[in-house]
Amino acid sequence: MSVVTIERKVLEKNDALAAQNRKRFQEHGLFVFNLVSSPGSGKTSLLERTIAALNGQVRIGVIEGDVQTDLDAQRVAKYGVPVVQVVTNGACHLEAQLVGDAASQLNLADLDVLVIENVGNLVCPAGFDLGEAVKVVMLSTTEGDDKPLKYPAMFRNASVLIVNKVDLLPYVPCNIEALKRNARHVNPDLLIFETSCTTDAGLPAWCDWVRQQAATVHA
Amino acid sequence: MHEMGIAASVLDIVRQYVPEAQAPLVRRVTVRVGELAGVQTDSLRFCFEAIVAGTPYQSAALAIEYIAAVRACRQCETEFASAALLATCPACGSADAPLVGGSELSVAEVELDDEHDSAGQVMP
Repeated sequence: MSVVTIERKVLEKNDALAAQNRKRFQEHGLFVFNLVSSPGSGKTSLLERTIAALNGQVRIGVIEGDVQTDLDAQRVAKYGVPVVQVVTNGACHLEAQLVGDAASQLNLADLDVLVIENVGNLVCPAGFDLGEAVKVVMLSTTEGDDKPLKYPAMFRNASVLIVNKVDLLPYVPCNIEALKRNARHVNPDLLIFETSCTTDAGLPAWCDWVRQQAATVHA
Repeated sequence: MHEMGIAASVLDIVRQYVPEAQAPLVRRVTVRVGELAGVQTDSLRFCFEAIVAGTPYQSAALAIEYIAAVRACRQCETEFASAALLATCPACGSADAPLVGGSELSVAEVELDDEHDSAGQVMP
């Protein structure tokens, strides 16, 4: 018997492509975030509100990841921003290669911020680096305050948590303080925003943060 | 359910080290999986078997080396094994002890049987 030592990361190919994407984004002075959540938390609604609020101040481009259909891309395109739809045909997450190909269809020099809206899934996208600067995880109040404990990898790998649908708090059994406590148990460094895309609560603070990040990367 | 893609990546890496001519000699491929890697080991075994079937690498068995989650205390720098969400440092009791290990996912090594030929006979 002989043993060949390998010691290579299984996802090294994805990691290498993600590093290429990151370098390219940095060269263009782009702030890139990877928006992840389960289906229906409000990722696309947040994007619509953010694009409308930052119109004329920050140039935003979008890569939309979905299992099927370009419905989200159609929604976002109505706001006049460049958008590329990636259909994964059943796959549960985006990978760096798909994002690199999609980015090639955008004129990156004309953008300040690139948003990658991942496939709605609180599990698989956690392990795949796409070359983003930060992962932003969204959780809506209707999903319950225990989700950070049940899906810890996503909350551990994210830098920002958006708690959406706070307008529904009076009607749903979700304790927002418990939710934030659970999220901070998993990741003490999380920056947390509380938003509603229906009442626009909390959106100015979130949009200010995006504007600041774009300015910092550009500088 | 991304274990199929992971199994395919494992085989891709093995191919870079063991040429097809030597593939029938592969007995074991050892993969290191961290407790927090988000990989279902039973599912990975099943997918690996499926992916090598019908290839020259089908004699390879997948061995999994499981790595426990490790935390490092930010107050006193003690390292301790714990995947628990509410872990406190056993040395100083601080709850400020983020995870520093347990998300590994790598191909560690391949074992080849270069003493027997494909018919099981001892090679000269």
